[in-house]
Amino acid sequence: MKNNFNINSPIHDFDDSKSFIDRHIGSSDQEIADCLDFLNYKTLEELVMDTLPNKIILDVDLDLEKPRSEESALNHLNNLVSKNKIFKNYIGMGYYETKTPTVILRNILENPGWYTAYTPYQPEVSQGRLEMLLNYQQMIIDLTGLEVSNASLLDEGTAAVEAMLVAFRSCKNNKNTFLVSEYCHLQTIELLKTRAEPLGINVAVGHLDELFVKYEDSFFGFIAQYPDTLGTVKDYDFLISKAKSQDAISILATDLMSLLLLKSPGEMDCDLAVGSSQRFGVPLGFGGPHAAFISCKDKFKRLLPGRIIGISIDKNSDVAYRMALQTREQHIRREKATSNICTAQALLAIISAAYAIYHGPQGLKNISLKIHRIAKILALQLQNSGFNIINTNFFDTIAVKTTKSKLSAIKKKALKKKINFRYFSKDIISISVDEKTELDDLNDILFCFGIKAESFNDLDSEINNNILSISKSLLRKTSFLNHEVFNSYRSETDFLRYLKRLEDKDIALNKSMIPLGSCTMKLNSTSEMIPVSWTSINSIHPFAPKNQTLGYRLLINDLKNMLSSITGFDEVSLQPNAGAQGELAGLLTIRKFLYATGESQRNICLIPSSAHGTNPASAVLAGMKVEIVKCDDNGNIDTIDLADKIQQFPDKIAALMVTYPSTHGVYEESISKICKMVHDAGGQVYMDGANLNALVGISKPGHFGPDLCHINLHKTFCIPHGGGGPGVGPIAVKSHLSNFLPNHPLNSDAGPKSGFGPVSSSPWGSASILPISLMYIYMMGSEGIKKSTQVAILNANYIASKIGKSFPILYSGRNGRVAHECIIDIRQIRKDHVVSEEDIAKRLIDYGFHAPTMSFPVPGTLMIEPTESESKKELDRFCNALIAIKKEIEKFSKIEDPKESPLKNSPHTFKDIVDGNFNYPITVAFPAYLDSTSFSYISPVGRVNNAFGDKNFVCTCLPIDFYAEK
Amino acid sequence: MSEIKKDLKYTEEHEWVMKEGETMLIGITDHAQDSLGEIVYLELPSVGDELSKSTTFGAVESTKSVSDLYTPIDCEVVEVNSEAETSPELINNSPYKDGWLIKVRPSNQDDYDSLLSPDDYESLINEK
Repeated sequence: MKNNFNINSPIHDFDDSKSFIDRHIGSSDQEIADCLDFLNYKTLEELVMDTLPNKIILDVDLDLEKPRSEESALNHLNNLVSKNKIFKNYIGMGYYETKTPTVILRNILENPGWYTAYTPYQPEVSQGRLEMLLNYQQMIIDLTGLEVSNASLLDEGTAAVEAMLVAFRSCKNNKNTFLVSEYCHLQTIELLKTRAEPLGINVAVGHLDELFVKYEDSFFGFIAQYPDTLGTVKDYDFLISKAKSQDAISILATDLMSLLLLKSPGEMDCDLAVGSSQRFGVPLGFGGPHAAFISCKDKFKRLLPGRIIGISIDKNSDVAYRMALQTREQHIRREKATSNICTAQALLAIISAAYAIYHGPQGLKNISLKIHRIAKILALQLQNSGFNIINTNFFDTIAVKTTKSKLSAIKKKALKKKINFRYFSKDIISISVDEKTELDDLNDILFCFGIKAESFNDLDSEINNNILSISKSLLRKTSFLNHEVFNSYRSETDFLRYLKRLEDKDIALNKSMIPLGSCTMKLNSTSEMIPVSWTSINSIHPFAPKNQTLGYRLLINDLKNMLSSITGFDEVSLQPNAGAQGELAGLLTIRKFLYATGESQRNICLIPSSAHGTNPASAVLAGMKVEIVKCDDNGNIDTIDLADKIQQFPDKIAALMVTYPSTHGVYEESISKICKMVHDAGGQVYMDGANLNALVGISKPGHFGPDLCHINLHKTFCIPHGGGGPGVGPIAVKSHLSNFLPNHPLNSDAGPKSGFGPVSSSPWGSASILPISLMYIYMMGSEGIKKSTQVAILNANYIASKIGKSFPILYSGRNGRVAHECIIDIRQIRKDHVVSEEDIAKRLIDYGFHAPTMSFPVPGTLMIEPTESESKKELDRFCNALIAIKKEIEKFSKIEDPKESPLKNSPHTFKDIVDGNFNYPITVAFPAYLDSTSFSYISPVGRVNNAFGDKNFVCTCLPIDFYAEK
Repeated sequence: MSEIKKDLKYTEEHEWVMKEGETMLIGITDHAQDSLGEIVYLELPSVGDELSKSTTFGAVESTKSVSDLYTPIDCEVVEVNSEAETSPELINNSPYKDGWLIKVRPSNQDDYDSLLSPDDYESLINEK
């Protein structure tokens, strides 16, 4: 609340250091007092004392610096990261400089309409980003020449792992060797090895021709980099057909920019392709976030991990987009899922698709041709000056063999010129040129090699007669991106309006509250987001030398220390790129610890039946065996069943995964007892940090039992959901586990030497979005963080009390209190009135709200999480909508024909209104017209038919004639 | 109420078994298809596969769930319903007839007798 100062107020009264706390928390102090009063409490502390087990409540403030104002935090962070040194990067290895079109920068990357949206589980309110993700899939399908693409994965290395696992699962003859070309990117090779080992897959790295002989008939698949890590482009036709004849799967890790000129993997009859779409408009950002892709032949589509966008129809038989074939995924198939992958890199995939639309097929090809031409000029000049180019067949990367002494002289000059080459070995340098490399830059490169450049014009005319190039047989002959969308928005006016049209179809946080339980859709403030666009943040290569990244290191250490302090753990790894990757990293840390302490027989992971689907899926990928622990009627872990399971597997328990507060939205009183039971049995307790936002500032998980936890920075610490990624899932551990955390082959500072290996392609995962969380902590301080948690609990309890008469609250803890979210039970309503949780969710869209979480963790329920960022006014608006819907349910209870119920026909569209289809036997309001003071929304499509889309699977843009036929 | 045919045997996993001379037909019950909702995908074994009792032989999927299919008796697959594979709605529309899943040759004909009777199955689903 604003203080009322007067003309005599002393200067220190005007201290604005705490000003952001009031911006982040939705309700004013008066509204908070009103909500407390409604619940019969006087203070937030009183509410917390009544809600949490008192033993776990912190009695001291967090040890953080005092809060900073927005401006002061930005200045402080800017001072830190200005210590980064910005060099021109020719390192390559899957990361290239790129020009982000400013229209995309401003209207997507920096636009809350795109970045604050959630994963498109509710398709009706997500048509805009679903269309853009479908465009992404079409782009990947076209460029890789394969039939099916997903909507992105976390990074190229993990995409390669996922492809290996698709191959492993599709192989029916128990072969367990996977061949890896030694000329794959180094980080990819290390990820494959790390992830293969717990699953009993033998990874053989070497020269593929030799490996094919050595492992004849005994390997299930192979992967090669195309073009390879040193730049060589070669035809894999022969190896692919040879693999096929031995029932083995072929995978190419490839590069979209080169595929604009090169024969596609599909044309080589390759089975799967993976890679990164970073260089399509997404800045380097010290390693991420970037969208990786995976595409495959149609026959593998049911084994493909992650989200796939598909086309279906809505209730009016109009085209509508949705996520397809979800039964592959962990939230349905749990330990039998194709992968533990939960999220994607939606925002970054959207940016890459927009980049392709902005340039169009010819524009993209021209960029690629220019890059290739620049590379050829450079190669020719180097060759003319007596340097030995190893790879005469290249696209954008040239490898130069020299001597050790010459290399060190070149390196010295390069540092002076602020240039990073890749020093592959003691005598090999590679240079990857990119979209940003101009002829002037070649002068600088050549200077480092001690060459005074000839006339580029002369070189240019010499090129066409030179062997340095791509062999003709490898040039692309097929066209790509022929769909209308890639050929319609050339002018900025048209392009801008296309983006706006899509954005307006969706509900994001800049429109209304998104009350998704377990997802924590809190404010992603502008000041938190600003640093993401700074050059000092986004132009650093992930493998830049250490002395260029001091700013990043200071930032990373600061964040690690704060996260340690907030959670009460001793050490933090920021590498995992998502919550599920955090889980996997945590379990692999435990595994490495158990092996190091001679307890490798421990391989059972206990998981409560209420857990997120990622838990069992991650445990399986960590080589563990899942045993489910029951929950009691109150939704708590059944301690008797837990004791039984522990007894059943003496000396075998590796870990228990427990979400706290529970996925049922309750602070279990027995948490410390549960942890003790597992510890006594020799197991580790892994806390799923999905609900950590209900603990920070008021309790430290490191103090009440768990040995480690992951932290969803995209929930608790304000990184936006991006419409389905990026996410960041650091893990925090107690000291006995710290030596076994992830590390990285290319950066010894990224983790302990004795760690289990990498879980992400880059040393600190999605480094460029870490400033978002850091800014949040800087601006909130101990006081703000604590208050956020208190108000999140208050808001959830306020909603539970307010709607409890209309919809029963399924679970509550001590004193009838819920934690930061609550589950409303629709099962009785379903029996009495034949109205389902889905009907209510879809009718809420008519009221302008994104639906709560549907049927998780209990079928037939809705889970509501308001967060601290929503004001009492918005909470009331939401509660009133739900109460109004309950009245509609009762009103229409006797109507048997579903066509005559607005609940069954929701959401309603403009078309419904225009066609006179909003016309029911009992008068009912069209909610969008009710409230002129807040946001009105009309769904762009009617309820989406999920079954139609899964039975008629289409994951590409529709051909133009489809619309003509309609 | 879902239909339970009197001339069939049943399993606790909601499959039915029909004796046809030397061979047997296996499908899922009306109750099962009703609880699953609209079936969109069906995964079946290949002809010639040897199946052992209680192991999974395939799966049925709706848009929001996957249910494993469990082998009722030790047997060898002699035919699969490829029509149901391409049009899984047959299982919803006609669970006991057009929506059959596999035809098998049992290793031991006597195993049939140990399956649930229609009455046993009825009380099983009424319990739940």
